[in-house]
This record gives sequence, C-alpha cells and structure tokens, in this order.
Amino acid sequence: MLHIIQQILFIIVLGFASFIFYKKIMSIRRNINLGKEETFGGAAGLRWKNVLLLALGQKKMFKRMTPAILHFFVYAGFLIINVEMLEIMLDGILGTHRLFAPYISSIYPILVGFFELLAFTVLVSCVIFLIRRNVLKIKRLTTGELSGGWPKTDANLILITEVVLMSLLLIMNACDYNLQQMGSEHYMQTGPFWISQYIAPLFSGLSETSLIAIERSAWWIHIVGILAFLNYLPYSKHLHIVLAFPNAYYAALEPAGKMHNMTDIQQEVLYMMEPEKAPTEVPADAAPARFGAKDVMDLSWKSLMDAYACTECGRCTTNCPANITGKKLSPRKIMMDTRDRLEEVGKNVDANKTFVEDGKALLHDYITTEELRACTSCNACVEACPVSINPLNIILELRRNLYMEEGDVPQEWMQMSTNIENNMAPWKMSPDDRDAWVHN
Amino acid sequence: MTVKTMAEYMAEGTEPEVLFWVGCAGSFDQRAQRITKAFVQILNKVGIQFAILGKEEMCTGDPARRSGNEFLFQMMAYNNIQLLNGYGIKKIVTACPHCFNTIKNEYPALGGEYEVIHHATFLQQLINEGKIVVKDGGAFKGKKITYHDSCYLGRANNIYEAPRAVLEAMDVELVEMKRCKSNGLCCGAGGAQMFKEDEPGDTRINFDRSKEAVATGAHIIAANCPFCTTMLMDGVKNAEKEDSVQVLDIAEMIAQSLEA
Repeated sequence: MLHIIQQILFIIVLGFASFIFYKKIMSIRRNINLGKEETFGGAAGLRWKNVLLLALGQKKMFKRMTPAILHFFVYAGFLIINVEMLEIMLDGILGTHRLFAPYISSIYPILVGFFELLAFTVLVSCVIFLIRRNVLKIKRLTTGELSGGWPKTDANLILITEVVLMSLLLIMNACDYNLQQMGSEHYMQTGPFWISQYIAPLFSGLSETSLIAIERSAWWIHIVGILAFLNYLPYSKHLHIVLAFPNAYYAALEPAGKMHNMTDIQQEVLYMMEPEKAPTEVPADAAPARFGAKDVMDLSWKSLMDAYACTECGRCTTNCPANITGKKLSPRKIMMDTRDRLEEVGKNVDANKTFVEDGKALLHDYITTEELRACTSCNACVEACPVSINPLNIILELRRNLYMEEGDVPQEWMQMSTNIENNMAPWKMSPDDRDAWVHN
Repeated sequence: MTVKTMAEYMAEGTEPEVLFWVGCAGSFDQRAQRITKAFVQILNKVGIQFAILGKEEMCTGDPARRSGNEFLFQMMAYNNIQLLNGYGIKKIVTACPHCFNTIKNEYPALGGEYEVIHHATFLQQLINEGKIVVKDGGAFKGKKITYHDSCYLGRANNIYEAPRAVLEAMDVELVEMKRCKSNGLCCGAGGAQMFKEDEPGDTRINFDRSKEAVATGAHIIAANCPFCTTMLMDGVKNAEKEDSVQVLDIAEMIAQSLEA
C-alpha cells in the first residue's frame, strides 16, 4: 500500500515539476521572440561543429586551466549522472528499487561506482568553487555587478544545491549498502560502491528501520531536489547549461569585425543619391523606423537569447580593456541588464497581453551612456565568452540609438562626423592635401 | 618615389595590379605617413604596379559607423563604392586594419566586392614568393622585438600569423606579451575612441598596453595599424621609455631591411 502511495506521489511530483518547467521555458521562449527577427545563414555543418567544440567540448573554457578542470568535473558529472537519473525516475514511477541491477548485475556496481566517483568530484569541485567565491574572493567573481545581491546569492545557491544533491546520492547508497549487509528485504545484493562504502560505517550502528527511513528520505529529497533545481534554472544564471547549445549553434560564422548592416538607412542614402530609384509611393502602413536599439525589443532575438545564456562568469569583463583601466563599462553587466529588463518587459506583456509603455528602457534606465562610450569595439568580450555571447552587438545597437535618435553625442564625435562629411577624413584636413605625402 | 593615381592609369588606358588604399591616417597623420611611404618604397622596390586614389579617396566610414552614425557611414560607403566600381577595382591592399575590415567585410553588402588584403598578409606573400629579400638578416636581426596584435586584424579578422611570419623573415627575437593573439589587449583607439577623450577611469588603455610591451624588455614594439602605432608611442612616452623603445610598423621594418 505504502508503495502505491509513493508511486502515485512520485508521478504527481514529476508531472507537476515537468509542467511548471515547460510553462516557464515557453515564457522565456516568448520573451526571446520579443526581439527583432534575424536570420542566420551559413553552413549547418560549421554550426554543428561549433556546438560540438564550443558547447559540448567547452573549448574556450580551457583558456584558464584551473576553473576549466573544475568546471569539467561538474559538467561531466552532470551529464553522466543523468544516466543514473533515468533509473531513479523509473524506480519512482514503477515502485521498483535499482531496476537495472538484475539485468546488468556484472557491471552494475562498477557503473554506480563510477557515478559515485563523478558525484564525489562534482562535490569537491563545488566546494572549491564556493571557496573561490567566498573565501579567496577571486576578483572576477566578487566585484562589480557580482559584489552582492541576487547575483551573488544565485551563484552560491547553485553551488550549495549541487553539494547537497551529491551528498544525498552518496548517503542514499551508503545506507543501501548497510541494508544489503543486514539482508533487508527489498535491498538486493549489489556489493559495495566505490565511494559510499567509506561513508557506510557512519550509519552502521543504526537499526534497519532508521536506515530505511534515512535511505528513503535521501532518495526523496534527492529527486525532489533535482526537480526543484530544474525549475530554479530558468530564474537563474545556471540556465547556461541549456542555452549554451543553441547559442553555440547560432554563433557568428562571419568575421567578428563585421557590423550588422542597417538596410533602411542604406536604402535612404541610395534614394538620396539616386532619386530616380526611390519608390514614388511610400506605403501608408510603413512603421516608423527605430534606429538602433533603445529597448530590448529593438535587439536581435539572438542578443536576447545571449542574455539568458549568460552565467555571469565575467571572462568578458576581465578581458575588457575599458574595464581593466577602470572605466564603468562591464560587458557582463550589459548582459545582466539586458536579461533583467527583458524579464521586466516579459512580466509587462504577461499582465497586459501586449507591451504597455512603462516609461523605462534598457538605454539609460539600465545601461548608461558612460558605459557605452567606453567601448573600443575590440571584440575581447566576444572572444572570451565560452558560450558564444556577443555583448558588443548590444553596445553598438544602443550607440546607434544614442547617436541617431537622441543626438546624444560627445562634442568630439560631432566634430569628427563634421570633418568626415566636409573633409572626407575624421580630422580637419583639406581633401586636396590627401596625397600631399607623395610630394613632401 | 613613384606613385600614380587611378585617374592617371585610366588616362593611360592601363590597369594597376593592385590599388593601395592609403586611408585617412596614412594620408594625413605625420607618423602614419612614414608607414605609407615605407610601404610604397617596398612596392616600388619589388616592382609592383600599384595605384592610389589620391584626392578622390575618402574615409571608409568606420569611425562614423562605430560611433553610431550609420547615415554618415552609408554615405561614405556609397561614394567610395561608386568610385571603386567606376574604376573597376578588383584588388585592394591597405596598411590600415580598420579600412581593411570595412572594405572587406562591410562593403560587399552595399555592392562593393573586391579582393581586400591587409599589408601584413601582402608582405608575407611577397616574402614567400621570394620577391622581398631581406639583406643579411636585415636591420633587425637578433633584436628583441614584441608584437602588438591590432584588434581589427586579430580578433576581428583572425589574422595572427602573417605579421609574425614577416617578423620571422627578419630574424628578430620575438618576445610575446602575455596578452597576445586572440587574448591581445586593445590599444584603446578602436570604436572611434581615437577621436575622443577616454571615459573616466584609473588609467588610459594605451598606457596599460605600452607598460606591458615595455616590460617584455623589447626595444621595438612592432605594430600593423597606424592608430595602434600612435597610441603605443604615446604610451611609451608616458612610461618615459621613448629613448630606448621604438614603435614601428612591420612595413617600416621591412623597408629598412631591404637589399640596397
């Protein structure tokens, strides 16, 4: 009877968690699609290669060895332990215990032992990550936009959750081994596992009932914890474990120096230069053009996916020449601001069916002109990002809006533009002297 | 120095092998003019038929576009493309990575399609073809030199090896900075920063970069961009090393190393 209740309870919990997760993912998808359409051509083969190298292979992580190795342990653990999650899920649904064990009895202890080893390396890596953040206070992880508040809490919550989940897995197996040795009904003989056998003595004095209680509790807290963590993902920077993959697929294949062309303005200039090419009738329903981006809806959907894919590691910021020399610009903050504003806009759309003007925008209310003006367009942030995020696109689109809609331009840039317009060079030089170097 | 304009070739009814896009810095900036002349000296020496646009050349629009002024960029691009297409230009070489990036990557969408090559790659090709011969190892043989990757040649266009191959041909002792190649630090000039004051901060980007270059112990900082050259020279001056550390473009180094 108790079994049936547990099974039904499990199916309800699993179904509920999956449903909530699905709903949230759909809402994030909707938010990303609030961005402007941008089509991505290019060879699918190259795109899949990027998925393999950058996302699956974590190529760019290996520019910094220590975090790369620790991160690899957590990542490999996460991927491979999911195989065991399959058994745990099926056990929960079918009311079985170690469903796969009888079918693969010869390798089962090795398999679980291997999972335990991974769980252990995940645990140790996460503890080291916690130390790096909270004790060693590594600059990249503790300064600027990460110095406090939600981003700091988010990072620690993720790490603590992983430590707890991995501990539960090991405790569960340790109790299981003790129960096996007692010959407890329902706990089949699999033999000791690689890591949990060393924890088992901690529980050896306990009664069968207590051991079953601990084992069952650990099993339940572990699986409910995982389902809760799954639903925490979309609210957290940890969503990168999902979005790193599509982000790598849609990573730019063209040279990084190429800026997005504004075809509206290209046409306008063409009609100005060759008026005979201009259409005689302007369509009445032509939407008023927005130059560059003022708010998140003006950005490409890829930039919005970038914002959700960011895990706030700060490699962009530590490589940014402006940030290194003490300017306000931090590419990581650009991404975090974009996500925060997009979430706000998403809630607005949820409440009003369509976006209702709220008197705010990404430009100014989140990202200031001082930050934008510090950018040298050097692409260091783009190059540094392990999950193919491009903060530079956002910066340049916002700058376009500042210049062309607000006319908010530093005096020197005004002068530069005037010079280019009048003298065909950014300096106040006579075009007649352009070839003067030949003669002097 | 023999320099002919496209208009002159046109008048003669002949075509040059390549158009040398000088760029605004190379045309007007006194320091960059020396790079321009050095490159011309090499072209003349090797015997390449090249043309410049002369007074007809205009800013590519790069700093306008990156500051946010797309209108002005499109105007400059339109005029330049009209001019280049009018002359039937097929191949362009330039000593400025910003001009290189704009013409190569951004003009095609606007109807300007050319084979565009940066002078680092061009020099490497001439060396490989045996057309540039460095005399007895050249003026820089065994000298300790560090190389600064410009952002618009490096990360923007993934060209890291060509300029190094040019340095190698001169038998220099290349000492890399910690931040090099794809991790190279910007000189601070890109994105139209060259034309305005820095935003408030602790130091200037070119000061930081030059400090790193000077710390390698190199006596020469090799560059491939007129803007980097200016920025690094200012930085070296700030570090009070202008008497012992020179900033040179790779074209200037090759020009000084040619057989007489």
